[in-house]
Order: sequence, then structure tokens, then C-alpha cells
Amino acid sequence: MVAGGLTGRATRDAVLAVLDAVMDPEVPVLSVRELGIVRDVGIDDAGAVTVTVTPTYSGCPAIQVIEQDILSALGQAGYRASVVTTYAPAWTTDWIEPAARAKLKAYGIAPPGVREDDGGLVQLMRRRAAVQCPYCDSYETEIRSEFGSTACKSVCWCRACRQPFEEFKAI
Amino acid sequence: MTSAPATPAITPAPKPAPNARFEFLLRLGDDRLVLGHRLAEWCGHGPILEEDIALSNVALDLLGQATMFLRLAGQAEGQGRDEDALAFFREALDFRNCQLAELPKGDFAFTIARQFLFDVYAVVTLDALSRSRDAEVAAVAAKSLKEAKYHVRHSGEWVLKLGDGTADSHARIQRAFDALWRYTPELFAADAIDAAMRDAGVGPDLPALRESWTALVRDVVHRATLTLPHDAPPIAGRNGRTGAHTEHLGHMLAEMQIVARSHPGATW
Repeated sequence: MVAGGLTGRATRDAVLAVLDAVMDPEVPVLSVRELGIVRDVGIDDAGAVTVTVTPTYSGCPAIQVIEQDILSALGQAGYRASVVTTYAPAWTTDWIEPAARAKLKAYGIAPPGVREDDGGLVQLMRRRAAVQCPYCDSYETEIRSEFGSTACKSVCWCRACRQPFEEFKAI
Repeated sequence: MTSAPATPAITPAPKPAPNARFEFLLRLGDDRLVLGHRLAEWCGHGPILEEDIALSNVALDLLGQATMFLRLAGQAEGQGRDEDALAFFREALDFRNCQLAELPKGDFAFTIARQFLFDVYAVVTLDALSRSRDAEVAAVAAKSLKEAKYHVRHSGEWVLKLGDGTADSHARIQRAFDALWRYTPELFAADAIDAAMRDAGVGPDLPALRESWTALVRDVVHRATLTLPHDAPPIAGRNGRTGAHTEHLGHMLAEMQIVARSHPGATW
């Protein structure tokens, strides 16, 4: 199935549908689109697809895997595809929609909260809004470390159900 | 009567103007590459598991930022060098990082004090760079700034914990600040490259940022019941920005570059 005969709009939708099935390697309940990593899809007159992606964190080691996964999924669907990277605008957790946040929570990761207004360059010892435990919904939780198993997650502890859990950091 | 033909004056070929944008981007990239490597030396050696992970996370962010800045540097140079060529196939003399970044990691207090001084520097400079007239620089800076704010909160909270902690932790981090302070004037010592970039609206006015950096650093250090040395005479002569480094950088690069140099072009 080659893009040529389809209308531009239909083809773009078809490409997006393929991307909906490409899951993030670190958080496999969310697709690369749901995470906001895919910023744009372009299709030229010859039917070649260009997917524009943006990394979550500068040093995220998953981005190369994500690019490969995108290329391989589109290749299997019959597209000639390439991936380009953009840094502007910088990725933000604001792009994760409510439906995707619900999936994160069901997976055991507290979804990102509201991004705080900076209110100054350096805020130390800030009082953050409490993170809700994804298991028991309690707000009796504490952040153990803002750096977790991946760059995008912090490590938390629920005092109510006595479980450690991860939070997707708002950024 | 004809005189002997005048010897043509030997005019030296004009020196090519240094590629200011290339040099400027190298400084930004090399700070992060070198400090990222120093932090990565903690991987598997952190005092507690959470810190092992945190320091490695920060290292990864810094290496990612270095990748972006060095990629832009390679493009600015226009000689076909990419970020890997710049990272792994340059000698210490060609590195443009500040000396603060290359000092051996020391104990945990030394690592935290150095990281805090750099993290505040990163936040104030990236904030200015995020408004750069150069769209590529502004984009990389805006992205890096988000990460730097997490970093400074991490290192700043540790400065408070160690300074206002036990007698031992207090003494260790005080010793670290005392030893590191003389490496800080270099961060704001602008030269012709910095001036050219500032005038072009690309780079920050470094000396102007020193005041806000000092105020932020002093605030946390004092809250941590620590003191800063009164003065910090700049390092005499050339500094890291022009390729003068401590003996430590060469040793670090030997370890960092050995695999890439032993197997050039290898992939896995």
C-alpha cells in the first residue's frame, strides 16, 4: 500500500494510525503520539513520509530506539519514511492528553501534575503539590528522589499503602 | 639608470578570523561533555542508590545537551565534524570547557559543591541563551534550561543537607567550596569570542550575569551555614576557554576516548 493514489489527508491519517501503534519503549502503555514525541508528519508528492520527532529529555537514550521503531513500523506498512528531530518548542508533559494520563495511572505511574510557574530562576525547597498514589489514590505520599529509573520519572513513596511508585515528572 | 626592482613586501597572509560561533558552541558543549563524564564516574559508586541514579540521570542530561551543542558546533565549523568527532577525536588543548568541570570528582561533598556552582551557572546562562537571536541556540538552551532547573534543585538541596548536617558533612562541603571558589571567575571572564557573540545577540553578557549567579549561590550557601571565601582571583593567563587546562583533563579524556580511538567508526 503506497501513498500515491490516496488523497493527502487520508494518507496522513493512515500514517498517524501506524504511529498510534508504535509504543514508547520505556513506557509501553503510551504510543509515541500520546507522549507528544511525534510533532509532525509530512508527505511529499512522491509519497515519501517525513516524521518529525522531539526528544523528551536531551539525553534520553530511548530516542534512537523510538526512531528505529517508527521507521520499521512505517516500512512494514509500505511507506518510504525518514525521521527528523526538532528541539523547538521543547517537549512538555502538557502535551500528554487526559486519556493518556489515565493509561499511565492504570499502569502504576502517577501522571504528570500541573507544570509549576517558575516564579524565579532557581526555586529550592519548593513545596510541591502532593502526588496522588496511582494504586490507592492517597495523597499521603512523599517524593524520594526526582530522578528515577528513566529521566522522565521521579521515585515516590505512599505512606498510606506503603508502596513505592513512580511519577511522570511535569516539565 | 634604473634601480633594482623593489623587493616585494612580504605581507603575511591575514589570519582567518576565528570562527566565533564555533568556539562559542564548543564552550557550551565541552562544559557539559566533561562535567557529564565526571558525574558518570559515580555510576555504581553513589553513596546511596537514589543518588547513584540521580547523578547518572544528571550526567545523561548533560551528555544529551553536549550532543546538541557540539552538533551545532560541528555545523558552524563546516569541516564535516559531527558531535562524536568533536567529543572523541580532539586533544585536551582543543577542549574549551571551564576548568571547574574537569576537576576530579573528589568525595560526594566535592561533587555536590562543584555541581551546585555549575548548575546555577547553567540556569542563569541558559535562561539568557533561551532568548538568543540565534534560533538554533535558543531552542537548545530552552530545552536544556528545563533540565537544569531540576539539576539545581537536586544539588542545592544537597548543599543544604550537607552544610547543615553533621560536623563531618559540614567540614567536607566547606572544604569543597573553599577549594572550588578560585575556579569560578573563569565562568564569567568574557573574551573577544564572548564579546562578538554578545554583540551579535547570540550569546549572553557573561560579566553581567555574575551578580545574579553570586546572589543565588550565596543565598543557598549561607542557608546551609557555610561561608564562601572573600575573593577569588581569576586564574592568571589563559584559561579553559582558550585551551589551557589542568593536568586532570588529559587523564580524563584518555579514559573517555580510548574505545572510540581504538575502534574508529565502530558500530554496535
